[in-house]
Parts: sequence; structure tokens; C-alpha cells
Amino acid sequence: MARKPNDYKNPVKPIWCPGCGDYAVHAALMRAFADLDLAPENIIVASGIGCSSRMPGFFATYGFHGIHGRVLPLATGIKLSQPDKTVIAVGGDGDGFSIGGGHVPHAARRNIEIAYIMMDNSIYGMTKGQASPTSPRGMKQAASPYGTVEDPLNPLLLALAYNTTFVARAFSGALKEMVEIFKQALQHPGFAFVQVLSPCVSFFNTYDLYRENTAPLPDNHDPTDMMAAMQLAQSESPLYLGIFRRVIRPGYSQQMAELQQGVPNIPPAELLERYKR
Amino acid sequence: MAINVKTVVVRVGGEAGEGTVTLGEMFTRVAARDGLEVYTFRTYPAEIKGGQVLFQTRLGIERVLCEGDAADVLVAMNQQGWEENLNDFHPEGVLVYDPDAVPHPETQGRRSYPVPVTRISKSFNFARGKNLVMVGALAWFFRLKLESAQTAVRKSMGRHADVLDQNLHALEEGYHYAREHFPDLFPYQLPLPEKPAEGLLLSGAEAMAIGALNANCRFFAGYPITPATTLMETMARYLPAFNGTLVQAEDEIASINMAIGASYGGLRAMTATSGPGLSLMVEGLSMASMAEIPLVVVDVQRAGPSTGMPTKTSQGDLFLSLYGGHGDGPRFVLAPDSVKDSYYQMINAFSLAEHFQTPVIVLSDQAMASRMETIPYPEEICGVWSECLERILPTPEELAHDYRRYRLTENGLSSMATPGTPGGMYLAESLEHNEYGHPNDSPENHRQMMQKRARVVETARKHLVKWDSVARRWGVEDAQFGIMGWGSTRGAVREVMEQLAAEGIAIEALYPHTLLPMPDEAIQKFLRGKKAILVPELNFSSQFARMIAHRYYRQLDAQNTHVHMLAKEEGVPFKIQEIYKAARQMIQAEGGD
Repeated sequence: MARKPNDYKNPVKPIWCPGCGDYAVHAALMRAFADLDLAPENIIVASGIGCSSRMPGFFATYGFHGIHGRVLPLATGIKLSQPDKTVIAVGGDGDGFSIGGGHVPHAARRNIEIAYIMMDNSIYGMTKGQASPTSPRGMKQAASPYGTVEDPLNPLLLALAYNTTFVARAFSGALKEMVEIFKQALQHPGFAFVQVLSPCVSFFNTYDLYRENTAPLPDNHDPTDMMAAMQLAQSESPLYLGIFRRVIRPGYSQQMAELQQGVPNIPPAELLERYKR
Repeated sequence: MAINVKTVVVRVGGEAGEGTVTLGEMFTRVAARDGLEVYTFRTYPAEIKGGQVLFQTRLGIERVLCEGDAADVLVAMNQQGWEENLNDFHPEGVLVYDPDAVPHPETQGRRSYPVPVTRISKSFNFARGKNLVMVGALAWFFRLKLESAQTAVRKSMGRHADVLDQNLHALEEGYHYAREHFPDLFPYQLPLPEKPAEGLLLSGAEAMAIGALNANCRFFAGYPITPATTLMETMARYLPAFNGTLVQAEDEIASINMAIGASYGGLRAMTATSGPGLSLMVEGLSMASMAEIPLVVVDVQRAGPSTGMPTKTSQGDLFLSLYGGHGDGPRFVLAPDSVKDSYYQMINAFSLAEHFQTPVIVLSDQAMASRMETIPYPEEICGVWSECLERILPTPEELAHDYRRYRLTENGLSSMATPGTPGGMYLAESLEHNEYGHPNDSPENHRQMMQKRARVVETARKHLVKWDSVARRWGVEDAQFGIMGWGSTRGAVREVMEQLAAEGIAIEALYPHTLLPMPDEAIQKFLRGKKAILVPELNFSSQFARMIAHRYYRQLDAQNTHVHMLAKEEGVPFKIQEIYKAARQMIQAEGGD
């Protein structure tokens, strides 16, 4: 019997505002799970803190709603203990690139086999609207009444610079394409980073901006071409959607398993003998 | 003339990076091989090369309880090693030194043994082998067997095959030089047993790692930090051989979150750190309490505050371990009091963490983790003086219908499903949650869940009452005077107790191993009828003494029991005499004899 997206949904009502971009991400993930025929008990969704980080609570899968900024180490530990499961890390731009920014390069460096869905709304929504690391310069909010003087980070460019093996961008207003990207990310045998432009309707509504200003990656883009990917990631108009980079490098849990196989087992009693006086 | 003693303190002073620690360790290994009991202490600078190292090994015929006080035999490898130990050198002590590095030592009547290790090692073009030359000489002085020394060198230096022959040569040269030039009996002699006792020689850090592995720990995430790195390195060597995984994380915050993730995934998981790292882990500890995740965190304490003195010992993290964390989360704190106990308490830590789904902090310290000790083979402790407990998994009935991860139960314990289990899908939550794990901030729910988590601790306390391992009590039962302490100070206290017993003074001691939950019953029994207790500890503000005074104030007030605090925060362990004097002063001040 074919699986359906609703098989992955639990009865808890999401806390998001009507129209929030995160609904689309939730729906697209469930569609991807169903299309890939994943058993709910073999999926673990981990998160940090923020509006988008509440997502694990809305799935009928295993989930872990952790602490702010630490979703990648949390998900890394989960994957290493359950290497045959599908592990997904979700969260926002503040969680991932402000408080948690120090963990992204290391997840990429290890190439841990998890898909990281970073819902980017360029605002702190849960704390009622403060500038985030991807907010445009000059943003006026209660905590920056005279306008911010910081330039935004470019998460895609950072992910590429970290040598992430799978780098993609999706948009909550383009559901079908997002499902396709998620399916690819979930099957990637390494660290897959997906930035989802997921507007916040309450504090920084960017739907119209993104509808006008996004475009699919050029048909001839070669996802193994790092320089081309970096160039396309720098484009501000249009903001490209699609898979910027996809290369294969050994994954972390796979390498750990190989490493263990290469080390002869020690019976516990023998361990003490090594310290015989 | 030979000096009749039961133990000898051999102290080596030399330059860091010049093989001084290797000298001390090799000599210690040789002595242990030939059947002497050993107990070491080391202090070293934070610099890798340059700076002064002190390595002390105390040799004994019977089990050695602590590192001892003044040096009986001082081995000076450089001028500083001679000068800075003069004030802590037994008046009848013996100096062994390199005459090219320490030209004219004024020994004030002490006997001295020049061994020109620099010249000897240079004579066969192996200048850095001077430490092994000294090991050879010391082996002769103590009449240890050359074959034992050769075996010890082969065993522990075999990895450096390219210089093994040269090191063996250096050892032999030193031995022969000393035998030729100093044929008479060395003033300090310990009779070697005919048949050396069976047992182990290992450091506290190694004991903790082996304890963790034997407790089936299969995941370790850590970040290098002095003095906890040895524990991580020992785990790194062995975990893969047990099909376990070790991750060197990007920081301590990542370490604890990885361990929490792996534990959620079903593995027994731990991390190890020192004070600054524990500070960073506090938010993670609070989450583990809230989400009810089993977790073991080792803190190898060093002197603070802040970066403090990374290579020096302290017991200054007690308050952080007991109370550090936002919002009233349950946790356990264990305090092993010897190298051997470090092994046992790691097994207990995993039992408590797994069964009660609560984080456990195990407090070691620089002195205890880095010292080597000869210990008997560890015994089986499960069912003997503690229990080996497992994680509670959901039953098929629970999984078949309406599984609730955080079910409100009488004893507070609810089953924890492992990902991959059909029917067990749940949300581990750092937010306050209902029985299913879903966020809920109603007053009623919060009250019930706070009570559930607190009940877990009470359930654990009931278990622990049956564990002999929660506290160690010895001395004259129900004596008027007592010594109470925790952790690595116990060795010195044991010797003080022996000294006082020999002088006919009635005193008894109590060392709790479980500091959270406090073994109230054992402590209240101990305090009963006491006139005064002495609480020695290696921190500035007498943290343990204050905790005792606060928690048991009713009993202490009612009995008019006085708490004498003996705090020392200098980065080094207690000397036996410091505690002895304080005990004597207490007895005198309280009108004892």
C-alpha cells in the first residue's frame, strides 16, 4: 500500500501564523517521505529553537526539539547512533547562522549523512521581530529602531565555502520544486544543506519579493562545478532556486563504521590485562 | 646505614620536554613490576617545552594511600629541580643528581649520589636518553631487577621502535654506572616481595575509561581540554575495538549535544571535560534533565576561576555540578575517591543515568586523573555493593496502544522508546511537555511534570540506600570526632586516621560517593553524637562543608556539632600533615584530649 503524506502527520496543530512559509516546508517534507516510501519509525527530525524549529512536533515520526543553535551536533549524535535511519535537521536562520553558526562548517567537514533544512525568513519571528543574520542592511525593528548597520550573510555561499557536498535553495512559494529538492537531499549520502526561502507573514513578508525575484538555476548548470555554484549563489537578482552543488564524498557514519571494522575487537577482560603491573 | 621505612617518596624535578615525566613513569613501572606498591603525583607547566616538571612517586611495601609529603629521595635533573624542592626535602633525605646540571648542591648534611647522566648519554650520542640513564641508576639503588626494567621499557616504549635499542642501552648504562660507583646499600631500601602481587598499574583517567567501556558506553564526544584529555584519548584508542564511536567535537556545547543525540538514539553515551567546558555544557545538562535523556558527564576538575591553572588540581566545581543549571532540573553527582573507585563509579554512573534517564556528573580532578596507582583487580560490583541497571524500554503492550513517553507514573519512571521502534514515535522535548512529549505550558501540567521528574530522584534515593557504594565510613565507630570529605582527598585522610589511631585517638571518617542525591541516612547516622567534624577540601570557599552545614543544620544545631572547615586552594593536593594538624587543632579546641 502506497504511503501518503498524511501518514506522517500528527494531530498537533502547528503554532505558525496563517500563511507562514513553514507550512509549505512541513507539507513538502511529508510528501517527500511518502514518495520515498520511508517508514515513520525510521525517520528522526531534530531541531533547535525558533518558529520553524517547532516542526518536529507536527510529524508522526521520531523527533527531538532541542536547544537553540545546537541542532547539528544533536542530529550528528542521533545519526551516529542510528546510522541506517533518515535523520533530518530543521531550523531557522537565527538558529543556524547566528547562535549555531559555529556548527555548520563542522557538520559539512564531517559530511555527516543528514539533511539540514534551514528555513530562512531573515527575521526572528518567535521573539516578535528582530533582525537576523540574513536580514537586509537598514532593517528597522524594535531592537534596531534606527536601522541595522550589518550586512547580511549569504548562507549558500558559506555552505559552499565549507565544502558542503549538497547545497540547494528552495522557496515556500514553489512547492513542487521544493519536494523534488527534499527528495534529493534526503537521499544524499552526506551532509545536504537546503536553504528554504520561507517568508514570515507577520514581521517580514517577502512573498511578493521572492515571487518576482526567484528563478530556476540555468539548465546547463553543472552541480560539480564549485566556481559556477559560487557565482550563481552570489546573484541577488534573481535568487536562483535548485541544486547548486552535488558531489559525492564518503559520509561520516559510513567512515566510522569502516574504521570500527578495521580495529580488532577486545574482550573486556583483556582490556584490564593491558594494564597489568 | 639503612633507614627503616614502609614507604619512600621519590621526587623527580626537571625541565618539561626533557623526558622528566617519562623518567618518573618508567621508574614507577619498574618498581610496580618488581612488586612494590606505587602512587604517583605530577604537576607540570601548561607549556609543552620549557618550564619545570615535578613527578613524584611514592613506593611502598603495602598499598600506598597518597602521594606523601616531603621527598625522601630527590632526583634533580636541573638546577631548578634542586633549588625549588629544598624546602620540601626530608632532613635525612638523599639527593640523586646530575653533576653537570647541578654543579655544587649544598645538601646540609644529606647524602648525595652524583650520576652524570648528561655525560653518559652523550658518550654514546644519545643526549635525550639521559632520563633512561637515570631510570637505570634508580633501579640499581632500589635493587630492582635489570630484567624488569628492560621489560618495562620494551613494553611501554615499543611504539618508538627506532629508538628502542638506544633507550635500552641508556637504561643499562645507568644501571651499570650506579652499580660500579655505588656498590653499597642505598639508604632507603624496601624489601621486594618474592612473588609480586597480582594487580593493575593505571591512572585515574584510564580507570574511568575502562569503567565506562565495561559499563557498555559506546559513544563519546569530547573537546580537548587539560586535564581531561587523557580520558578522551584512552576512549579514542579503545572505543572502536568495542564497535563504539568517538567524535572530537568542535566545542563542548557540541560535545554534550552529540552525546545527548546518541543517547536518544539508544547508545550509552558520555562526554568528559574540565571546569571551563562544564560551564559551556550547563544548558545541555538542563535539557537532558527536561527531556529525560541518560547522559554521563565527567568533570576532571582544575583550579579556577576562569582559565585558572589548567594543569593544577582543585575541587572547586562542586557547586557548579550540584546547582549549575537553569530551572530546577534533576541530576546526579558522583565523587569517586581513588583510582580504583574511579572505575567503579563510572559503572554506577551509567546505571543511574540509564535507568533513571537523568544526567550524571562524575567529579574527578587533575591529581586523581593523572596519577598512576597500583590497584588490585577490580571486583564485580553489580549486585555486590551496587546494582547494574538498564534503560527501561516500552513493552509491546505499551507500543500497541497509546504510547506515552513521559507517562506520569508513581515512581516517576516512564519507558523510553528507541528510534526505529514501530509504535514508539515520540517527541523528545526541551520545552515543558505533556505525557506524549508535546509542548504544554499549563500550570497543572507543569506542576505534574516537575513532580514526575523529582519523583525519579526520590526513587533513585531509595535504590541507593541499598548500595554500599554510596559512602565509605571507617575508623572508630561513633567516635566523638569525625572527618568528612569527598573525592581525591581521601588518601591523605586515610593516613591521618592511621596516625591518629596509632596515637590512641578515637575518630572516624565518612566519604560519600554519591553527592546528589545525598545519602542522607548514611550522613545523619555518621553525624549522630559528633562533637565536631573536620571537612578538608581543595577549594577556596569550603563548598562541601557549607553544603553539609546547610543541609543538616537541624541535626548539627540540636547536637551542637561544630563544623571545622579546612579549605585549601593552591593547585596541589593536601599534605598529610596539613590535615593532621587541623584534626589535632579541632580536637583540642573542642576539649578532646
